Amino acid sequence: MRIRHLWLLLACLIATTATGAFKSGVFDPPRQAPEFSLQGTDGQTLNLNKYRGKVVVLAFGYSSCTAVCPVTLHTFALAVRKLGPAASGVQVVYVTVDPERDTPARLKQFLANFDPTFIGGTGTEQQLGQVRKDYGVSAKKLPYENTYVYDHSSFTYLLDRTGRIRALMPYGHSADDFVNDLNILLRE
Amino acid sequence: MRARKWVLVVSAAVMIAVLGTVALLPLPSGSRERVFEIPPGTWARRMAGEKIETLPDHIYLTVGVRDILVLKNQDVVPQTFGPTLMMPGQSFTLPFERAAEYQFACTAHASGQMTIVVDPYPATPWARVSWRARELLRRL
Repeated sequence: MRIRHLWLLLACLIATTATGAFKSGVFDPPRQAPEFSLQGTDGQTLNLNKYRGKVVVLAFGYSSCTAVCPVTLHTFALAVRKLGPAASGVQVVYVTVDPERDTPARLKQFLANFDPTFIGGTGTEQQLGQVRKDYGVSAKKLPYENTYVYDHSSFTYLLDRTGRIRALMPYGHSADDFVNDLNILLRE
Repeated sequence: MRARKWVLVVSAAVMIAVLGTVALLPLPSGSRERVFEIPPGTWARRMAGEKIETLPDHIYLTVGVRDILVLKNQDVVPQTFGPTLMMPGQSFTLPFERAAEYQFACTAHASGQMTIVVDPYPATPWARVSWRARELLRRL
């Protein structure tokens, strides 16, 4: 009887260790990610429904961003590489906040610098504004020299295989932190 | 003259005892969460013109002591709380492992920014004295 209890305790311990703790912020209860319909960089309509069954890494930015976006995308690319074969269960979706400059072709070229499997999304100002509102993302256009820049939210949402927003990773976390959290969601 | 000397000696002894206690007292071992809530009725009160701050401009955390930020939306409408949009009844738990100053956009503040200062774990006795002094000052 005692041995059985010990085995049970050991099994619980292993399960706890395997589950691990998220490095990102987690939502309780998780809500269904608001759906959108944008122009994808793969030439098709971009919506989240087509990625059900995959863990989605959802971030917002723009291709002319020189500070935050390249670091974020480089981190995603590193994390995907570190995941190895398990990366096939992950899809990075990058939605632009700058529809004026980010055509699907330009966004595709930008994302390909990091990983060709990353999918970008663009649309009209109105469409993108609604998506940002649904996700609590801010993007403020500011004049800069002869052009403009965006001051935008830099966090990343992690969606589970059923399309629920499970976690929010603030900017600055390492690829290892992403790998940790993606592995948790992939194991579910 | 002798009485003055004794006062000095006793004061020094008391100071050393206090510093020693502050330095060697174990750190708080309870919950590592720092919880902030949007209470029910916040939206209604805002709509009525009241200015309500649900989060301070600066939140102070310490790695290994109180390093988990918990935000709870107990109101009846979605709210942008700290860095994220939260649904009614939803909570958001964000752990911090690295000491740093984190800036988050936050529409709840007039500045549009919320700063989370995460102090390093006070590992040495002197670090504990310094950490406890900072905590005291922040409470005042």
